[in-house]
Amino acid sequence: MVENRPWLTFVSHAVLIAGIAVIAFPLYITFVASTLSLEQILQVPMQLVPGDQLRENYSKALLAGAKGGAAAPVARMMLNSLIMALAIAFGKIAISLIASFAIVYFRFPLRNFFFWMIFVTLMLPVEVRIIPTYKVASDLGMLNSYAGLTLPLIASATATFLFRQFFLTIPEELAEASRIDGAGPMRFFVDVVLPLSRTSMAALFVIQFIYGWNQYLWPLLVTTEESMYTAVIGIKRMIVGGDALTEWNVVMATAMLALLPPALVVVLMQKWFVKGLVETEK
Amino acid sequence: MEKRVVFRSAWLPYALLAPQIAITIIFFFWPAAQAFWFSFQVQDAFGISTEFVGLRNFAELFSDEHYLESFKTTAVFSLLVAGFGIAISLLLATMADRVLRGALAYKTLLIWPYAVAPAVAGVLFAFLFAPSIGIVTYVLRKAGYNWDWVLQGDQAMLLVVMAATWKQISYNFLFFLAGLQSVPRSLIEAAAIDGAGPARRFWTIVFPFLSPTTFFLLVVNIVYAFFDTFGVIDSTTQGGPAGATQIFKAGDLGGSSAQSVILMVIVIALTVAQFRFIERKVQY
Repeated sequence: MVENRPWLTFVSHAVLIAGIAVIAFPLYITFVASTLSLEQILQVPMQLVPGDQLRENYSKALLAGAKGGAAAPVARMMLNSLIMALAIAFGKIAISLIASFAIVYFRFPLRNFFFWMIFVTLMLPVEVRIIPTYKVASDLGMLNSYAGLTLPLIASATATFLFRQFFLTIPEELAEASRIDGAGPMRFFVDVVLPLSRTSMAALFVIQFIYGWNQYLWPLLVTTEESMYTAVIGIKRMIVGGDALTEWNVVMATAMLALLPPALVVVLMQKWFVKGLVETEK
Repeated sequence: MEKRVVFRSAWLPYALLAPQIAITIIFFFWPAAQAFWFSFQVQDAFGISTEFVGLRNFAELFSDEHYLESFKTTAVFSLLVAGFGIAISLLLATMADRVLRGALAYKTLLIWPYAVAPAVAGVLFAFLFAPSIGIVTYVLRKAGYNWDWVLQGDQAMLLVVMAATWKQISYNFLFFLAGLQSVPRSLIEAAAIDGAGPARRFWTIVFPFLSPTTFFLLVVNIVYAFFDTFGVIDSTTQGGPAGATQIFKAGDLGGSSAQSVILMVIVIALTVAQFRFIERKVQY
């Protein structure tokens, strides 16, 4: 900073710590609740230090699920979430990579038409076209399948744009040199473009993994069988209504399990995460 | 900007584009076209015959009090989430930009809520504020405040606004921090030499520099509140009590298609507005 103002620095730290405390409070309470027995949670006020039921609650959530409501084991749901998140992340990266490569490195009839066709989809998030898309998915027999969970969410213009912007910054000399050396387009793609795109791919992966893991409305519609639920849907199905009927300790353990993987991805891949976030939204 | 060096092939570019175009047509254009088509039709109760009715679905929607009410709810909700989210994260980002010690730790601890699914965030807040067992409810009751969002619409609204804002802070925070770090140091130093205090410097130099970021975030936050928070609301209040937090309304195929079409028009208008203003660079 341009000048030393000790009191202002003190205030800054105080505000930041207060902000972090308020933001982390719900997470802390969730963690504490996931280590208590149901009786301890129902006691008002709930205790604020972790209890000793940690292993019981988590193993119950992972292997058996809560009683009442849907009783599906969360381990299966987490596997579904993982498959969905990975399929969406890798699928999006793969199809947008090749699509933007075609748009940037080739001249062909209808090129602009295809470009605009992809561009328009920027304006149509899933939520807007949810009911007609559901009808299409059910017509194609995709309900309760991984294809139904992932395919409609895989096409997105954002990733295509990110890669297009990036490809445009690759020096012309590289393509020239490859052509002189006799490399065809796919050889150039694999040996030059792919290695250069690693950073963008990592950034996009973080964003899309979180996007896929956290989907709610779409899996809610497409999955009706418990074996196809994702973790986020599972939590919702465990809450039966009425504070005393819900097994809050198991629900909270499930909530922790559902939010840990994406949170870890964000924290551990922070650098890529920030890059991906700022670039995809440009 | 176009590449000068390009490759030539009669079929390869089409093959490369095929997956993306196929999915775009099947899951974007086909449904959108169907929504458009169904929005002008009425189906009988068994879904056997359909009848073309022109704009009647739209007319019915706009004369439906619940639908108009849900629009108002959505608007209030979006503005509240965007307003609170932007104000709080601007404060936190400004402070984080000032401190040198522990900057990375602060940043890490502030960005993780981005990873929490909206529906999970809703469940966490529903638990904290649960009418009988919630820990915050207990504190509020002790303070003599009658908290029960299950019965009172205003409080249900407040609850979902809090959950949605909580989730949105980390996103705004990162953008403001990036914006703050691109403000030229020389300008701030010059102002300091001229005797401007920190508050004065913030409002006359830093804040105007942040105006494009702020405007961008305003649009993104409103869009987020519009769509993504369905999860928050559905997992906490399910639209209740008495529709106080209802922002979606399911119905027959024709009616819901008409709703989809109206939503699409709104989103396209918002996107166009965003592009136009971003192009102009709101900066003073």
